[in-house]
Amino acid sequence: MPIITYREALRHAMDEEMARDGKVILLGEEVAQYQGAYKVSQGLWEKYGSKRVIDTPITEEGFTGAAIGAAMAGLRPIVEWMTFNFSLQAIDQVINNAAKYRYMSGGQIKTPIVFRGPNGPAEYLASQHSQALQSFYAHCPGLVVLAPATPYDAKGLLKSAIRDDNPVVFLEGEMMYAWKGEVPEEEYLVPIGKADIKRPGKDVSLIVHSKPLKAAQDAAAELAKAGIDAEIVDLRSLRPLDEKAIYDSVKKTGRCVVIDESWPVASIGSWVAWLVSKNCFDYLDAPVELVSSEDVPMPYNHRLELAVQPSAPKIIEAVKKVMYLG
Amino acid sequence: MPDLYKPEIISVINDDGYADPAVDPEISNDDLLKYYRLMLLVRIMEENLLDWQRQGRIGFYAPCTGQEACHIAAAAAIEDRDWIFAQYREPGAILLRGWPLRTFFAQTLGNSEDIMKGRQMPDHFGDPEMRFVTPSSPIGTQISQAVGAAMAAKLKGDDVISLVYFGDGATSSSGFHDGLNFAGVFKAPVIFFCQNNQYAISLPLEKQTASENIAIKGQAYGMEGIRVDGNDFPAVYKAVKYAADKARNGGGPTLIEAVTYRLGPHSSSDDPSRYRTRDEEKQWWQKDPIVRFENYLRNKGLLQDDYIESLRASLQTTISETFREAEMVEPPHPETLFDDVYDHLTWNLEEQKQELIHYALGEGGRCPWQI
Repeated sequence: MPIITYREALRHAMDEEMARDGKVILLGEEVAQYQGAYKVSQGLWEKYGSKRVIDTPITEEGFTGAAIGAAMAGLRPIVEWMTFNFSLQAIDQVINNAAKYRYMSGGQIKTPIVFRGPNGPAEYLASQHSQALQSFYAHCPGLVVLAPATPYDAKGLLKSAIRDDNPVVFLEGEMMYAWKGEVPEEEYLVPIGKADIKRPGKDVSLIVHSKPLKAAQDAAAELAKAGIDAEIVDLRSLRPLDEKAIYDSVKKTGRCVVIDESWPVASIGSWVAWLVSKNCFDYLDAPVELVSSEDVPMPYNHRLELAVQPSAPKIIEAVKKVMYLG
Repeated sequence: MPDLYKPEIISVINDDGYADPAVDPEISNDDLLKYYRLMLLVRIMEENLLDWQRQGRIGFYAPCTGQEACHIAAAAAIEDRDWIFAQYREPGAILLRGWPLRTFFAQTLGNSEDIMKGRQMPDHFGDPEMRFVTPSSPIGTQISQAVGAAMAAKLKGDDVISLVYFGDGATSSSGFHDGLNFAGVFKAPVIFFCQNNQYAISLPLEKQTASENIAIKGQAYGMEGIRVDGNDFPAVYKAVKYAADKARNGGGPTLIEAVTYRLGPHSSSDDPSRYRTRDEEKQWWQKDPIVRFENYLRNKGLLQDDYIESLRASLQTTISETFREAEMVEPPHPETLFDDVYDHLTWNLEEQKQELIHYALGEGGRCPWQI
């Protein structure tokens, strides 16, 4: 099976869907001639032209609003936000408009749009460029929120997102763009709303999504050396959430560590931790642990920014707690 | 050479109610009377709706009194296939597109006949089959959406343009800047129709912008700005028709400032006497767009006083009867709460729905809070 980067996987997904459906367009800052701020859209402008790959003026609210109008008029836009940090300028269009039009109109208006771009901490980008904002979107009914962490999932989920009739918020990551993985040549889709067991295990469940998957994998490898067999559940889809997969895992292991690079308050991680506490109460041998980012804005200094985020050592510490070790 | 910074306000009906045939737009007599009846219907209906709000029969209403000519003429000057992105003060526009009064009242009441299923506030009516998009309450967000719809039509090769309504207050929003800038860059077939009614709730125009007027803002975005007398039906019709023809022929967007006045309150929650004088209001009542249109039609020999009287009476009867019937319609069932959040009912919504039916709603006549 070919090994490609996460970035290429996203590009292939957009390319295939644009070839399949003439109604799919891509718009955003730098997506056309410049080939994308992170080169995700490389080659698409040459292939599909300025009508379908559109460089827009610098206004997140503007091109997000234009995409909503275009979706009402029958197109299926992909909106690239240069980063989710800037999506806050457009969040009114997403929360108050895209997410609600179907409901407000009594089911008549649909806005099939994918809002995609890098989310979460990267490196040396400080507080306004390094935020994990998934909770802002996952909080809102009417949106689908996806967070793939491997090239395989990125491609399969993005294709599903483009075909979905609901507005989809699609969370990528600057650090993940260069990650590599196996992606089949033949067409496939990853279903929305399905978690994936990235590592089966029997002693403790690590519930994770997005970039911290790697830290969870590193932690699991370390733990294995100590004879602790961790199961990694990659959520992939944050809304809808595959609760069954989470409960099945926790009921098997009896111990749960939730990992989320967002801030801890009212986050996906704290929501999952509550769900597990409530629905797996009789199966749990220890209180659920949450490994989040520290509850501070992101600093610039590398040592400091690494200290803020979930890491393998932090996850191992949490596992030791739920296993009453040390 | 006209002063670009002070564009002349286009008007057609003069002080005596006459129009110079050289500038009078071509509208059939039947259509003129249809528009007149609609303006009068909206005026009387809204007087009633404000009363009904005070009586607790509806929750809220934002009347367009004084802006009937302005918004109806704009809708009349475009085609049914064109998009309308409404602001929230355009009842005449959706009635013109073909909504029966009963459908309108169903939306105002949010009852089980409401095609929007009781989910939107009064004034936030819409019908995508009629290409009429329900307003968003946050100010100005519809402006870039209208541009997107127009760009999509252009991309698909459809002969469709967008008309977007907004008020003077919205010209301060980022949506206004985003939308006009976009439309200018992409030469999108859009008509930006600003109903400058002088107030954004209490804030007067001079505190909204330091510009001489709103129309000149179009220049900064590379488009023509037109000022028109918003209380002059044929003048607004003419301006919008011009902009529509231009958009259809690839000439791009136009910003139209219709200079008008909100004779009533911002909404049923507002008391205008706190921020403006009765004298000011009286001056604008002298320019009542319905009276001016009546004079214009009388001078064309299309309208007689006895007809106006009988029309008023019959409209009042229709309005009262239709509203009473609409009031009898059941509210939407709480089961419908969970529909249309997504394109399908997700498992967790289904679960919540079942819980609501069995416990909170007390299925089988059981008192819901009985233990």
